[in-house]
Amino acid sequence: MSDLTDLSLAGARDALRRGDVTAAGLAQAYLDAAEAGAVLNAVVTPTPDLALQQAAAADERLAGGDAPDLCGIPIGVKDLFCTKGVRSQAGSKILDGFRPEYESTVTDRLFADGAVMTGKLNMDEFAMGSSNETSTYGPVVNPWRAKGSNADLTPGGSSGGSAAAVAAGLCLAALGTDTGGSIRQPAAFTGIVGIKPTYGRVSRWGIVAFASSLDQAGPMTRDVRDAAILLRAMCGHDPKDSTSAPRGVPDFEAMLEDGVAGRVIGVPREYRMDGMPDEIEALWRRGMDMLRDAGATMRDISLPHTKYALPAYYVIAPAEASSNLARYDGVRFGHRAALSQGDGITDLYEKTRAEGFGPEVQRRVMVGTYVLSAGFYDAYYNRARKVRALIKRDFEQVFEDGVDAILTPTTPSAAFPLGAMADADPIRMYLNDVFTVTVNLAGLPGISVPAGLDAAGLPLGLQLIGKPWEEGALLSAAHALEARAGFAARPDRWW
Amino acid sequence: MSIDRETARKVASLARIRVPDDRLDALAGEFNAILSFVEQLREVDVDGVAPMTSVTPMRLPRRDDVVTEGGQADAVLANAPEAREGFFAVPKVVE
Repeated sequence: MSDLTDLSLAGARDALRRGDVTAAGLAQAYLDAAEAGAVLNAVVTPTPDLALQQAAAADERLAGGDAPDLCGIPIGVKDLFCTKGVRSQAGSKILDGFRPEYESTVTDRLFADGAVMTGKLNMDEFAMGSSNETSTYGPVVNPWRAKGSNADLTPGGSSGGSAAAVAAGLCLAALGTDTGGSIRQPAAFTGIVGIKPTYGRVSRWGIVAFASSLDQAGPMTRDVRDAAILLRAMCGHDPKDSTSAPRGVPDFEAMLEDGVAGRVIGVPREYRMDGMPDEIEALWRRGMDMLRDAGATMRDISLPHTKYALPAYYVIAPAEASSNLARYDGVRFGHRAALSQGDGITDLYEKTRAEGFGPEVQRRVMVGTYVLSAGFYDAYYNRARKVRALIKRDFEQVFEDGVDAILTPTTPSAAFPLGAMADADPIRMYLNDVFTVTVNLAGLPGISVPAGLDAAGLPLGLQLIGKPWEEGALLSAAHALEARAGFAARPDRWW
Repeated sequence: MSIDRETARKVASLARIRVPDDRLDALAGEFNAILSFVEQLREVDVDGVAPMTSVTPMRLPRRDDVVTEGGQADAVLANAPEAREGFFAVPKVVE
């Protein structure tokens, strides 16, 4: 074969098992690709020594003949995951030089299966952002460019490094996390697949917490089959995460061909936003046609509280973040500010946090502090939690009425230029998550599938939202959509 | 509800983030932009709705109240900016 990095995860797995390629050869090919793609700033901590060591162990295991799916597969890991002995900074200066003494449950599971980590991937600081511009490592550059333009575009965020790395072939697949759309939005902006599983499906243990009731990790891959394979390896009950569900994990890959014949797909009228570009609207309609062609029935549905999802999110997520990020105080790990003569413990905290947190993180921590403060707790935080209950009820209602899955656009636009939002009100950036954030609030699984290109030649994604715990059915619907969309475009290699 | 300079100062202090005086007005403005956006939540009729406490209906599991992974002081201190004699070191707290 011409290039090892052209293989899908499923293809690489099968080639490794047949002995056509070795884990060591595959790892080296991706380490080289990552180095050649350094200008994208997607990989912030390459781990070549670890990768080659893990690849050698994987080759031994493959020779033994009983290798799990992930054995010998080179993956990139979002900087939010704690990886033992490897710098894990959540894209923040406040975790400068932090090398965890432990392994996150997800990476531990993948490594136990023989996966090979080629590096840690860039992200918005503490996963707060939709453009990867809040990272202490600087922005990630989208491998895609608009036709006839050399302008650098955002890969989306917060899992922008993961998205860019997969789209540019710097790793075979990547781990992302999604609190309001942070897997699905960058997947859409880079023409790849990303799934946020049901809340509780994947252990959060060892993943730096942003908003604990919304965070879920998930795979970011080149196609739906690869997502099914990687998701299965990530899932499973973990006693170390009290919200991890004690449920069996089905073989998602085996369910891919189930299809959508006879299923009812809901199309929520509230997602038809004012000012939505025609191209997004047209893509959505094509998505409906593709699912109809696969045998599904479209149904017009209403999710009446959709409009209030972003406002509720921007109370709940900052509130949880202000609490979770209280631990960064310059005492136990990471950055500590230099102190002046006579400075006390409060100066230590305040100076450390002012130096260590970037502007967006500071803003959200303070908004969270405000909405939780005495006198405002009921007006903001409790009210937002009540609205959240109503948003979840909207979904429960349509599922009870016989809807099997819901189709929406993933994002209101294609990737925008880096720096485009620099002077904008923070709310404009938040609107990127308008179609994805409801899914986190309701704890549901959601997947973004690349479905077409816009007039400038940039990828656009469609989102499917599933019932809780039914990732298998969701992936099979996504597989049907993918087959009909026939999205095969790749970014031109300019780096 | 509009946030003024003094409220911004108080919130920054509660959040233990040092904000220079010349940034307070801008900060208050950013808070107001976000809070006026979330103000929309007041339009929703939430009478009789219980605040959501659990994303998926499950009882919080309990475990035995025993030490699971103790005796790792060195690992706990390994990332400390300053540690002395088995403790985290901080500036003097009590005068």
